[in-house]
Amino acid sequence: MKRRQFLLAAASAAALPALSFSGRLFAAPAGSPRFLFVFLRGGYDCNNLLVPHGSDFYYASRPTLAIARPAANDPNSAIPLDANWGLNPVLRESIYPLWQKKQLAFIPFAGTDDLSRSHFETQDDIERGEPQQPGANYRSGFMARLSGLLTGTPAIAFTGNLPLSFQGSARDVPNISLKGDTKARFDERQSAILAGMYQGTPLAAAATDGLALRRAVSSHLQGLEDEMMRASRGAPSARSFATETRRIATLMRDQYRLGFVDVGGWDTHVNQGGANGQLSNNLRNLGEGLAAYAQTLGDAWNDTTVVVLSEFGRTFRENGDKGTDHGHGTVHWVLGGKVNGGRIAGEQVAVTQANLLQNRDYPVLNNYRDVLGGLLGRLWDLNAGQLQAVFPQARPRNLQLV
Amino acid sequence: MACRKPARTHGAPTAKAPRTRRRAGLALALALLPLLASARGDAPLAREDIAWLRRDGFGLDAAAVARYHELGRSRLLAAQLDDRVDGALPPAIAALLAGYPAQSTSAAQRLADFAAAQARIKAMPDGDARLAARNDVQKQGNQLMQQAQQAALLHAVYGPNQLKEQLVWFWLNHFSVYAPKGRVRWEVADYAERAIRPHALGKFRDLVMATLQSPAMLEFLDNAQNAKGHVNENYARELMELHTLGVNGGYTQQDVQQLALILTGVGIAPVDGKPERFNPKMAPLVVHDGLFEFNPNRHDFGDKTFLGHPIKGSGYDEVRQAVDLIVRQPSCAQFVSHRLAEYFVADQPPPKLVERMARTFRRSDGDIAKVLRTLFESKELTAGAGAKFKDPTQFVVSAMRLAYDGKPIANALPLVNWLNQLGEPLYGRITPDGWPLDGAAWSSSGQMEARFEIARSIGYGNNQLFTPPGATQQLPGFPLLTTRLYYEAVEPGLGDATRNGLAQARSQQEWNAFLLASPDFNHR
Repeated sequence: MKRRQFLLAAASAAALPALSFSGRLFAAPAGSPRFLFVFLRGGYDCNNLLVPHGSDFYYASRPTLAIARPAANDPNSAIPLDANWGLNPVLRESIYPLWQKKQLAFIPFAGTDDLSRSHFETQDDIERGEPQQPGANYRSGFMARLSGLLTGTPAIAFTGNLPLSFQGSARDVPNISLKGDTKARFDERQSAILAGMYQGTPLAAAATDGLALRRAVSSHLQGLEDEMMRASRGAPSARSFATETRRIATLMRDQYRLGFVDVGGWDTHVNQGGANGQLSNNLRNLGEGLAAYAQTLGDAWNDTTVVVLSEFGRTFRENGDKGTDHGHGTVHWVLGGKVNGGRIAGEQVAVTQANLLQNRDYPVLNNYRDVLGGLLGRLWDLNAGQLQAVFPQARPRNLQLV
Repeated sequence: MACRKPARTHGAPTAKAPRTRRRAGLALALALLPLLASARGDAPLAREDIAWLRRDGFGLDAAAVARYHELGRSRLLAAQLDDRVDGALPPAIAALLAGYPAQSTSAAQRLADFAAAQARIKAMPDGDARLAARNDVQKQGNQLMQQAQQAALLHAVYGPNQLKEQLVWFWLNHFSVYAPKGRVRWEVADYAERAIRPHALGKFRDLVMATLQSPAMLEFLDNAQNAKGHVNENYARELMELHTLGVNGGYTQQDVQQLALILTGVGIAPVDGKPERFNPKMAPLVVHDGLFEFNPNRHDFGDKTFLGHPIKGSGYDEVRQAVDLIVRQPSCAQFVSHRLAEYFVADQPPPKLVERMARTFRRSDGDIAKVLRTLFESKELTAGAGAKFKDPTQFVVSAMRLAYDGKPIANALPLVNWLNQLGEPLYGRITPDGWPLDGAAWSSSGQMEARFEIARSIGYGNNQLFTPPGATQQLPGFPLLTTRLYYEAVEPGLGDATRNGLAQARSQQEWNAFLLASPDFNHR
């Protein structure tokens, strides 16, 4: 089946049934914004994604890990984005084309105020989206607060548990992992019996919705799964991020507007590799996943914004194990059909030893709460009061990305 | 009772029978079983007894009900709190545990091996061999962690003192450590067996000291790095905020800083075999206990003021004084009592019950068994029966107990995998606050569906529980849940909605899955 035929077939497939949280399901007006938050857990090494090829200090700091300066005849060299920055060459086929179409921007020197350099503390900080202060609400995420402000914007987490980002919402936010087998284990009769047992209890909606969502997703994705199976000639599909993002895109295209997914494996303390190796393999997987997401969305890509970020960057210098340790400032990615991309956005400084934070890692010049606040505010026309509800005490900055 | 032989003997013939016959057969089996149950001598347990027993253990099995018949509530409780419940792990389970290197070797030996492997790797030239050696070490760490997880679950399912087993889990979670950090994977088996289990029913102070001296905690919360001039406050803060006093427990940032200074030098002994050097003044101040080490060279000997009391700089005795002060704060009694009541009674436990428990805590100098006696003798324990949603561990363990009723499994990895799928792996909570104790944290729509799928895996026998690790063929079979135990202790408590659901089951497997997925089974 050609891609176009497949899209037509998928479009004619039955829509997801009306679930009990679906008061919002069919209310999304055409062309309303879609937002996917991709959380890279583990602190990815942004310096080998967005390569500061203009910096001698970079090459001095990373004798074995550095990505070579752009060179036309070297496929392992950085792809030049401008005079200072280049892209890891493993992304040449996947997301570099999006950069060329100006649908992808990077924000270096981005991140949090949290200097603990602790994975869990900083991940939680980001998901909560609250200023650092004692007595904060540990069960309220910024995506949940955003979802609470919006109508016609059905939300979903593509994870096994409801992530902190989506906790504390007044509305039920469904969650479902699309990593592995998407097949439903219970048929319609069994689902009805199971849901029936919970009727009249406080868990009635969760039980009913969980079963319905799994069945609906399973049947909704059937066309896609068949297509992917044919494409791989019956070989069991590798556990690639692209497999997952095609499924996510199908659901975001047809039913949802606000999504969350996370990707692990970025904590490269040891042997992280240069243009080849552990980190580049992870980046290739991520890039292919994002490209597949854009492709599967089709026209809906034009209403879509994707933000990719991680809790922190890593040490600028490589360590004794040919890896990098926990750092501070990182690079955020912003992608979408109408994103004002093809540029490096936000405040910047020269990449020199003098400009490192504590002579160790990137400083944070673009606070993620200000950056995301500005971006989400533009997407949904949120007023200042609403933005304060999503990111209390933030100073939203409009980087003209959307 | 549940099947004594491999479960495949049940149900297998009906699987091929035409549907009508199969349904009739099932109905017949269900009709006969109450007669078997009533043939026993004992009067069936009252509803309130069953409610009590369901909270006293992870879940019912025939042995727990028989013990209750034999001893009655107060003698059973006394035996549990004195840790002298008759019975032992089934020999096959004890053998399974003994086969895990995480259980059969010492942490000191494992850390020494780990250090030696790291040194070997460091000396290797760059290349594939070095990478492979590194991967082997990581793989070994993961296996040790999985073995510790399996061991904890096997104790939970088969341990005869079910109240103690729940407390072991409760304290492991209260003093939570995250295994993937640093060397913690090499240390968690000992953490459960040496720090938590021996003190689960003892004095709270001793439990705090045992965790304070455990390599897993010292490493997870960074106190192993806490030294004079390089103060790390992480553990000092969490010791008060999460382990003892609670977030508004009456201490200040100043107290955190002072406690961090008191805790300087509290760490882990080196495992490289090289002797440590201490000058004659310091040598007598060194404290060793297994892998635990108080290193006076790293300690800040200045005088401190902590929780309003002066503490003279003297070495490890400062730590003992500080912990004594902490556990005697009224907020500690209140905080720990509240957590226990939240786990055993209700998401919002009755304040009067918590107050009575806290009073017992204060009067008994933090005697955990006495606090539990107050809890388990209270009316409130059973007043809210059926309203507390089981967390994933309680769900999986209680399902195993009901389904297999003491019958030994051959492979505990499915249990670990199910808890991974349900998002509550032991030693897998990355933040130091432990897994949440309230139902809301475990009942999102996706979590409900995942739980139903696991009810199905157990109910249908669609799993590897009886397939020894390494075996190629999965033994088929599913448990028979319609036992005398079921008719005496489960069936009477079922609501109409669950009965109605069960009545629509078309096979024993489906019936099993529905029962384990039902609201009545998933609350206690």
